[in-house]
Amino acid sequence: MLDNMFLAQMDPVQGWTLGIALVTFTVYIGIAIWAKAKSTKEFYIAGKGVPSLANGMATAADWMSAASFISMAGIISVVGRDGSMYLMGWTGGYVLLALLLAPYLRRFGKYTVPDFIGDRYYSSSARIVAVVCAIFVSFTYVCGQMQGVGIVFSRFLKVDQDHGVMIGMGLVFFYAVMGGMKGITYTQVAQYCVLIFAFTVPAIFIAIQMTGNPIPQFGFGAEHQASGEFLLDRLDGISRELGFGAYTEGSKGTLDLFCITAALMLGTAGLPHVIVRFYTVKKVKDARSSALWALFFIAILYTAAPAVAVFARTNLLDTVAGKKYSEMPPWFKNWEETGLLKFEDKNKDGVIQYTGKTEKNKDRKPADLAMNELTVNRDIMVLANPEIANLPNWVVGLVAAGGLAAALSTAAGLLLVISTAVAHDLVKKTFNPKLSEKKELLVARIAAGGAVMVAGYFGIHPPDYVAAVVAFAFGLAASSFFPAIILGIFWKRANIYGVITGMVVGIGFTAAYIIYFKFGGLMAKIGITSPANEADNWLFGISPEGIGAIGMIINFILAIGISLATKPPPSEVQDLVDRVRFPRKAFKEED
Amino acid sequence: MSNTPSPEARARYWRKNLCWLGGLLSVWFIVSYGCGILFVDQLDKIRIPGTGFKLGFWFAQQGSIYVFLCLIAIYVLVMNRLDRELLGGEGDDA
Repeated sequence: MLDNMFLAQMDPVQGWTLGIALVTFTVYIGIAIWAKAKSTKEFYIAGKGVPSLANGMATAADWMSAASFISMAGIISVVGRDGSMYLMGWTGGYVLLALLLAPYLRRFGKYTVPDFIGDRYYSSSARIVAVVCAIFVSFTYVCGQMQGVGIVFSRFLKVDQDHGVMIGMGLVFFYAVMGGMKGITYTQVAQYCVLIFAFTVPAIFIAIQMTGNPIPQFGFGAEHQASGEFLLDRLDGISRELGFGAYTEGSKGTLDLFCITAALMLGTAGLPHVIVRFYTVKKVKDARSSALWALFFIAILYTAAPAVAVFARTNLLDTVAGKKYSEMPPWFKNWEETGLLKFEDKNKDGVIQYTGKTEKNKDRKPADLAMNELTVNRDIMVLANPEIANLPNWVVGLVAAGGLAAALSTAAGLLLVISTAVAHDLVKKTFNPKLSEKKELLVARIAAGGAVMVAGYFGIHPPDYVAAVVAFAFGLAASSFFPAIILGIFWKRANIYGVITGMVVGIGFTAAYIIYFKFGGLMAKIGITSPANEADNWLFGISPEGIGAIGMIINFILAIGISLATKPPPSEVQDLVDRVRFPRKAFKEED
Repeated sequence: MSNTPSPEARARYWRKNLCWLGGLLSVWFIVSYGCGILFVDQLDKIRIPGTGFKLGFWFAQQGSIYVFLCLIAIYVLVMNRLDRELLGGEGDDA
């Protein structure tokens, strides 16, 4: 009876969403039961048995978060050409991973990044610095993911956001705690399939509708069927007319764009939950080829996203700008209810004035800005896109399931890094080396469970600045891990003194700069007034998002300078570096 | 079974690896930071024939990603070959 009432209240979109979500969740749980981890090696690195194609898919799902799936196309559609910093920044890092990091770390063969840093720099304090960085970076990230799960639940199923977070927690708890890396890997493979299907199906539909070309990547360079102009020219034209500035022109400073792209690339290459994926493959050459697969699978979404951005932006401007409010389609009112779309009829003429309110339009007049009556949340571009384009209900439901898959897969990968860092790097390697295999596995499971709880708590009570905190994670990874690992492999002379100083100063500088500009409230409490977070006040015009690139350069300079001024590392370490550089068989050894 | 490679063979392997790294990373830098950021406005004056893409815009939002894929693919092939050269026919590195 209750069930019937519940079903009767649901509109068809909700029905589809619920159905697709339930089917995918059942698949994830089934996989977790099938892939239960029996040893610490399976729990940490899936027993080194993952084929490179599967690892590529899992890495792609691990890497593409709620932000990539839900927000990125929306951000690009607002900033236009400058959106390239995310597109290149979040893919270019894989070139560095494949060429400079993954094969060597896989050959080193231990379980974690702190393991490598601890052994290469022959010191447990180096290991602890690395563990603290890994835990901090992963936690900042995972809170955002849990929140993403809550948002999808609340928008599509009208479930309370907090309950949404709890459902997500329960699910991740089940398959991360039980299956460990092995369970996570194969659920991520399934999640990749769900999310890529959910992203590309609407993109293809809309590409056909607007341009007649079924491939979105080509479609957004083609002619707009309704007007006969090239789609990009048309979008440039309308954008300029409405005072947003041309879509295909940039507005950010070149140095800032350069630094942000660099920080995102180097951060990608230094993020522990991405690096650890390359420990899970059978052979060193599989680490290289799985990086290729990973980028291939990521590129499918990342090359479609700028197309979706253009389609969605054109559709939105065509449908909304200068039209009568009373003639808006139903989706407009639906999204108004969620608060993501806000219309305020300032001049009471019943027409939606939507006009340039972007940073791009530097010479806008205050009067123009005051005239704008529409506020659009950027997440709408992906979430409401199928509705705006009048696609069937099941496509809308699919997008919700895709958003959930993206958030859950990333959350699980991050939680595993945290539990490994606690159980392996802290408890086993630092405090209690005599811990038995069985007990270590138990500690790892408890740590994973604890991490889920903490992440869930922050998902329900998010810290004030979630977006700011994510920028933090990239800056930190770029300015700490990246130089330490690169020098560890490519420069035998790098020693503990140089590298630890470099890591600490690099992180310290980056963190201080971000806190100074982004957490003004915090600074005020200790009696320092931060200037406004804008280009005139920044160091060389570099925004806090890009400062990790400078932190990394400082790290490199200090690490190299101080290593040269102090005594070289012991010969065992130089030997270890050789073993990482050359195939095992060059030493007549089997793995 | 092959013999353990000589120190000279290993040095040669490493030198070749570094050369390839240098070359591929130069392309990586030129395409992403060069075409996509530093010279994007100059390239935008050129339009890819038959499409609405300005060249700089295309590199910034599409082309760079395709080039990244090619770079990794080349490196995978090169290293498999270098491994075989070093180990005499068996590039199986556990």
